[in-house]
Amino acid sequence: MIHSRDVNLWYGRKQVLFDVTLDILANCTTSLIGPSGCGKTSFLRCINRMNDIIHSCRVSGEIRVGGIEVYSPKTDVVMLRKKVGMVFQVPNPFPKSIYENVAYGPMIHGKNDRRKLDAVVERSLREAALWDEVKDDLQKSAMELSGGQKQRLCIARALSIEPEVLLMDEPCSALDPIATAKIEDLINKLKEKYTVVIVTHNIQQAARISDYTAYFYLGKIIEFGKTSEMFEKPKEKSTEMYLTGRFG
Amino acid sequence: MGQKKLSERAIEWGASAVAHASILIIALIFLFLFAEGYKIFAYDDPLHIFFGTDWQPTSQNPRYEMLALIVGSLVVTLGAMLIAIPLGVGCAIYLSEIAPPHLAEILKPIIEILAGIPSVVLGFFALVVLAPLISLAFGVPSGLTALNGALILAVMILPTIETISEDALRAVPKGFREASFAMGATHWETIRHVAVPAAMPGITVAILLGFGRAIGETMVVLMATGNASIMPTGLLDPVRAMTSTIASEMGEVAQGSAHYFALFMVGCILFAISFAVNLAASMIVKRGQNS
Repeated sequence: MIHSRDVNLWYGRKQVLFDVTLDILANCTTSLIGPSGCGKTSFLRCINRMNDIIHSCRVSGEIRVGGIEVYSPKTDVVMLRKKVGMVFQVPNPFPKSIYENVAYGPMIHGKNDRRKLDAVVERSLREAALWDEVKDDLQKSAMELSGGQKQRLCIARALSIEPEVLLMDEPCSALDPIATAKIEDLINKLKEKYTVVIVTHNIQQAARISDYTAYFYLGKIIEFGKTSEMFEKPKEKSTEMYLTGRFG
Repeated sequence: MGQKKLSERAIEWGASAVAHASILIIALIFLFLFAEGYKIFAYDDPLHIFFGTDWQPTSQNPRYEMLALIVGSLVVTLGAMLIAIPLGVGCAIYLSEIAPPHLAEILKPIIEILAGIPSVVLGFFALVVLAPLISLAFGVPSGLTALNGALILAVMILPTIETISEDALRAVPKGFREASFAMGATHWETIRHVAVPAAMPGITVAILLGFGRAIGETMVVLMATGNASIMPTGLLDPVRAMTSTIASEMGEVAQGSAHYFALFMVGCILFAISFAVNLAASMIVKRGQNS
């Protein structure tokens, strides 16, 4: 689903990714793990070109998502981001109603029919396992939700435009254990329909939810493979040290 | 230890005394204004004073009706708002959302310099440059009109509206914009549907403070608007604002006369308007903090 070839990335003069080559399979959950500053989030943000916002950022190499050449000059970023949704570290719903948050994506992409929007909002909230908690008060401000509900709303918002890939940047790091468990359950369901790539600091979380894991260290992929195999028998010394908590 | 506590308490007491003193001063100012101003009601009834349009304080048969002055102030101020709001907010959007950082660093101080120009200089400019142009462009005998005042007032309040709106836009969390971009929204869609709505409380405060500044401005309107105390029928009529009435007549008025009391009542109206505007602004700020 996602193919990355020799991706290098610089912020100004500082190189933070070195020849990242990775194949991510469709309808699987792939975790990107590694110590802080290892480049895993920078790589995640390459996939939907969110790094474009940072002026000093430069990328070389090749990434393909489905049929789209992500860094080709001909690529329409809007089309790419419709296909590749993203959920952020800190839940960031807009200061609008629950309904407006979820309807935002379809609306900017030209869907204005109220009944169709209603249907999209319901489907997205159901997929994000939030519908039952908010269905009676969709006009309530999203700011009044709890942290975990806000994050599930952000997931619903990302799902509203029917992406194929869902990128998640440490989606549980601002949440308590119960809210985290709910999101993890949700991710396990989402991979039936979507390809999920998740950056996480929580090694147990990677073990619980992902089919594949990529271990990043100092901007390079040290090891990539099936999560079960890597956690049982890491091939590299560095991976083993990180997984056993000796650094990071 | 005990001594430190004493000094702590002295500081707290001092600070609270200062805070209460400023509230007291404001209350006293209003009290003084109103104590003098209400005496005008002995000469005419409030209905005539507030809703009549005949301001003839020095004629044989003096009239102290203020509606023309109130409308004069409002016409000039609202005209200025009509110009300054789109310019100021547009400028704020450009500087905070679109302009590359180095360009914003050059433009921002230039706009702030506008705020530092003495109002009498702006008034002078309106009098000798703008007014002839207006007279020429619209074919009116004199360019000293409500439009002239509105234009120059707009220039004056532009920095207020721009600066506060820009601060509000910059305070919108980066996460909102990122979320919008990640949904495939364009830059403009993100500005229009996410950044500006999120900054709306701050932009509203900017507009209200601009309004307060405009309606209280004296020198510019005195020099630019022609000062005829007649009911304006459009932007090309001369008008007389409440502020310039006080400024130009207070110097010659006999203390304790009806005219004197009338001018105080005009002051009361101005005070009430700016108090209401500031109250609205602080209520919006408070509501923004709660949500």
